[in-house]
Amino acid sequence: MAPFFLLFALVTVAPIGYAAWLSLFREERSGLGFGGARQVFSGIGNYTKALSDPLFLASFRHVAVYCLLYIPVMVGGALVLALLLDSALARARRFFQIAFYLPHAVPGLIAAMVWLYLYTPGLSPVLDVLDSAGISWNFFGRDEALLSVVNISAWQWMGYNMIIFFAGLQAIPRETLEAATMDGAGAVRTAFQVKVPSIRPTLVLTVLFTCVGAVQLFDAPQLLQLRATEMGESWSPTMYVFSAAFKGHDYGLAAASALLLALVAGAASYVVTKLGNRWRSA
Amino acid sequence: MTASPAAAEAATAATGPGPAPSPATPRRTAPATPARTPRGGALLSRTAVNAALLLVTAYTLMPLAWLVLAATKNRRDLFATGPYAPGDFSLLANLGEVFTYDDGIFGRWLANSLLYTVVGSTLSALTSVACGYAFHAYEFRHKEKLFGVVLAGILVPATVLQLPLYLMASAAGAVNTYGAYLVPALVNPFGVYLARVFAEGYLPDEVLAAARVDGAGELRLFAHVSFPMLWPGFVTIFLFTFTAIWNNFYGALTMLNDERLYPVSLGLFMWNRSVYQQPELYPLVITGSLVAVVPLVLAFLGLQRFWRSGLTAGAVK
Repeated sequence: MAPFFLLFALVTVAPIGYAAWLSLFREERSGLGFGGARQVFSGIGNYTKALSDPLFLASFRHVAVYCLLYIPVMVGGALVLALLLDSALARARRFFQIAFYLPHAVPGLIAAMVWLYLYTPGLSPVLDVLDSAGISWNFFGRDEALLSVVNISAWQWMGYNMIIFFAGLQAIPRETLEAATMDGAGAVRTAFQVKVPSIRPTLVLTVLFTCVGAVQLFDAPQLLQLRATEMGESWSPTMYVFSAAFKGHDYGLAAASALLLALVAGAASYVVTKLGNRWRSA
Repeated sequence: MTASPAAAEAATAATGPGPAPSPATPRRTAPATPARTPRGGALLSRTAVNAALLLVTAYTLMPLAWLVLAATKNRRDLFATGPYAPGDFSLLANLGEVFTYDDGIFGRWLANSLLYTVVGSTLSALTSVACGYAFHAYEFRHKEKLFGVVLAGILVPATVLQLPLYLMASAAGAVNTYGAYLVPALVNPFGVYLARVFAEGYLPDEVLAAARVDGAGELRLFAHVSFPMLWPGFVTIFLFTFTAIWNNFYGALTMLNDERLYPVSLGLFMWNRSVYQQPELYPLVITGSLVAVVPLVLAFLGLQRFWRSGLTAGAVK
C-alpha cells in the first residue's frame, strides 16, 4: 500500500500542487533580451489571461458541442446494441461481441490515423459511397471536423460500453423478466421499462467516465488538424494547454489553463453524479 | 455465455458459509434462452435485429478491413485502385521497408512499446493489487477517507497532470528518459479500486483468518495465500494498464523528443506528419499501423475472459 501512495503522491498530488504554484507566476524577460527569464509573481494574472483568450473559450465550446453529440450517440448506441444482443432474437452473440469490441483494442492514435485516411479523398471508401449518392462532403471542413472527431470516438468506445451494459443486462434476475412477460409486457416494453432501469447505476457510471474522457480529448483532433488546418492547434482544451506550453513556452498560462480544465472536469463529474443519483432514486 | 466467467469461478472457489457475494457475481448465470420468445412477426423481427447487428459489425470492421488491405498495396496502387480493390500484392515489400527504413528505427519503437507496457503494467498491477488487498484485509485509521482519495484520483484527468509532470521531470533532468514516461504510468487508482472489488469477491475473511491461525506472517500471507487467489484480478488490471500505456500518446509526446525512445504510436505520428512532404512514407505509416495493431488485437482475443471480467467487476455494482 505504501508504494502506491508514495507514487500517487509523486505523480498526482505533487503535480497539482506544482501546477497551482506555477500558475501564479509569469516569466518576464529583461528588456534587452538576454540575462534569461525572471519569474514574476502575477497572482491570478494567468487565470484572467486564459479566461479572456477567445481560443481557450472556443476550445471548451468545441468540447461542449462534442459532448452533446457524442454522449447520446455513443451511450445510446451502446445501450441499443446491448438490448438487441440481450433479446432472444440475437444470433451469434459471441461473434457480435468480439466484432463490436475490436475497435477498442486499436490504440487511440492509430484509430484516428486510420480514420484520417478514410476521410481523405482518393483513399476513402466512405467518400466514394457518398459521391455515388451525389453527396459531397468534406470531413476536414471547419464544422464537419467536429463530426469527424465524434465518429472516431464513437467507433472506439461504443463496443466497449456495449459489453459493460450487456453484462449488466445478463445479470438481471430471470424472475423479474418472467414476471414482466406474465404481466403482458412485450419485448420492447420490457426492454425500456424493466431492463434499462435496472442498469441505471452502470449507465450513470459510463456517462461519468465518458465526460472525464471527453474533457481530455486530444489524440484524434491533434491528428486531424494536420489536415483540417482550420481547426487550429488549440481546438480542444488539452490541445490549448499543450500549445501554450510547448509552442508558446508560457508555462504559467499552461498551468493555469490546465487547472481550469481540471476544475471544469470536476464540476462536470459532480453534476453528472448528482443528476445520476436523482435519476437513480426517481 | 455467463455474465462473468471469472466471477463464476470465484463463486465456486469461495466455499464455506457464504461470504458476501462479489459485486460481480451474476445473479442469473443462464444464458438468455428462448424462454423469452416473442409472439407474432418473430421471423421478421429476428431478421431485423440480426441485420441491425450485422450493419454495426460492418461499421466496426470496415476501417480494420481497409487497413489490412491497404497494407498489401504499394504506393501507386494505394491511390490508383479502389479502396477495397486489391492491388499488386506488396505486403512483404512494405513490411521489409517498414523494418529497414531509417536504420530499422521502427523495430526499436516496437521494442520500446513492449518494454513500456510490460514493465509498466507489471509494476502497476502489482502495486494496485497490493494496495487494494490492504484496503480489503486491514482496518486502519481514515481507511475510507483514503479510499475516497483514490476514487477522486480516478476522476483527475490524466492530461491535466501531464504538463506539471513534464515540468517536474524537466526540473529533475529526467525528460527524455525511459523513467519519465514510465513512472507516471505506474499509478493507477482505477486498478486499486478494481483490486479491492476483486479482493472482496475472491478472498473470504475465513481464508485470511485460517492462514493466520496456521502461523503465516503478513508478508507470506499476501505472497503465498492471497496473491494466488487474486491472480485473475492481477491479470485483469495488468491488461487494463497495458492498453492504457500502449495508448498513452499525450504522455509520450510531452516527455520524449529523442526518437530512439519513442513508443510505436508516437513514431507513427511523426512519420504521418511528414507524409505530406514525403508521400513515399504512406505505405510505411499504413503497414506500420497494421503491425502495431495486430499483436494487441490477438492478445485481446486470447485473453478475452480477463478483460470481460474486469469490465464486469467495474460495472455490475
